[in-house]
Amino acid sequence: MESQWDLAWRSLGPIIGGAIGGTIPLALTSFVLGLIIALAVALARLSRVPVLSGAARVYVSVIRGTPLLVQLFVIFYGLPSLGVTIEPWPSAIIAFALNVGGYAAEVIRAAILSVPQGQWEAGHTIGMSRVLTLRRIILPQAARVSVPPLSNTFISLVKDTSLASLILVTELFREAQQIATFSNEFMLLYVEAAVVYWVICLVLSSGQNVIEKRLDRYVAH
Amino acid sequence: MSHTDPPVVPGTHVIRVRGLRKSFGDNQVLNGIDFEVRRGGVVALIGPSGSGKTTVLRSLNGLAVPDDGTVTFSNGLEIDFSSPVSKRDLLALRDRSAMVFQHYNLFPHKTVLQNIIEGPVQVQKRRVAEATAEAESLLQRVGLADKRDAYPFELSGGQQQRVGIVRALALRPDVLLFDEPTSALDPELVGDVLTVIKELGDEGWTMVIVTHELAFARQVADEVVFMDGGVVVERGAPGDILVNPREERTKQFLHRVLHPFD
Ligand SMILES: Nc1ncnc2c1ncn2[C@@H]1O[C@H](COP(=O)(O)OP(=O)(O)O)[C@@H](O)[C@H]1O
Ligand SMILES: [Mg+2]
Repeated sequence: MESQWDLAWRSLGPIIGGAIGGTIPLALTSFVLGLIIALAVALARLSRVPVLSGAARVYVSVIRGTPLLVQLFVIFYGLPSLGVTIEPWPSAIIAFALNVGGYAAEVIRAAILSVPQGQWEAGHTIGMSRVLTLRRIILPQAARVSVPPLSNTFISLVKDTSLASLILVTELFREAQQIATFSNEFMLLYVEAAVVYWVICLVLSSGQNVIEKRLDRYVAH
Repeated sequence: MSHTDPPVVPGTHVIRVRGLRKSFGDNQVLNGIDFEVRRGGVVALIGPSGSGKTTVLRSLNGLAVPDDGTVTFSNGLEIDFSSPVSKRDLLALRDRSAMVFQHYNLFPHKTVLQNIIEGPVQVQKRRVAEATAEAESLLQRVGLADKRDAYPFELSGGQQQRVGIVRALALRPDVLLFDEPTSALDPELVGDVLTVIKELGDEGWTMVIVTHELAFARQVADEVVFMDGGVVVERGAPGDILVNPREERTKQFLHRVLHPFD
């Protein structure tokens, strides 16, 4: 019993190290890039140019209709046979960013559509073009609506980064896996990894509440 | 009010509207609308619901694009809707006119002050300090100086609509367009808003007002335009149109509005 607690304690360092050095930067970078992709895809889907909205629709459909693990493997193990070899970290970031891009695009599109038409008209009546109205009037209101679903997307992403262990990225789960293999204490290490993921997600959820409160300050309760 | 005196424009009319036509699918909403608005004039646009009044106002503000007809401003802008309208023309139209909406359409994520200076600063590139000073004096005029930093949800409907009016005034448009500015308000809040609009008329602002408040139209307008079925049925001085209309359709409309329970 003593040695189990001992092992749990000793492995906490590498596991948290994997979170700080792997899981968290991987999730953050992919999420930020994913949001940029998502905004562009959402705007393309709302555009009146059929080629743009069509392309965006196909992109969203492919991303949402295929497993993330398969997307990851296509990029890391598949592309080399076409002569394109990408290192584990960039592969993971590309796969996760593209994935977030597909899901968040639908969130952002719905949020933009949820802003009343009268807001566009008010922007136009004070002389704003479509682009300026979008940027100054519509997107800030859409942002408020999209925070809860986007937070959920981010929390899912944090958990999904564990898949990166399968393409050799050193992150939280891969650290736990390696210690488990050496020590033969699978249950202990995997439960420990689960607890660390859980704590990270608890922290993120409370951060989500803070942001939502801030964005809610101009809304009647 | 020194820095927001109504713009002075040479010529006898500020806007001339000719042959405006617009349909939505099979629904021919405007069937050739003609009227003009004199400089400093107040035109009340009345007519049954669905007769196309809002569509006329939206056309004057570039929010709707008519299929045909022309809108001419006295200071040179002429927009001919018979051919496709450029973005530049629509923006020019929006530059000349400003709309006060039935449901206010304030920006909920901006304070009262931010709502008002958004257009002057972001579009007209005026300095923030100057736009703020002007906004404050306009707020003072409509009795809302203390609401400068409030968000729209903290205001009553009547207060929100007065902010809507100030937001339009701050743009210094050639013409103010009001689309049933009091019809979303509780009855006891209507008076404050109508008073503000009447004062603007007295000060010489050029205005087109869609309204169901016939008593108000009689007081504030110097011309009443009665629309029905997408055409102007008759127009003239309020004392004529609202009291002794010539056309049968006008008589019926006035009767329905004035004696709804007959
Ligand atoms: N954007 C639109 N799309 C389709 N039909 C519209 C649109 N706007 C107005 N209409 C139709 O045009 C007609 C006139 O509307 P409107 O100008 O709002 O009349 P009013 O303001 O006099 O009540 C109505 O039948 C309305 O349904
Ligand atoms: Mg209307």
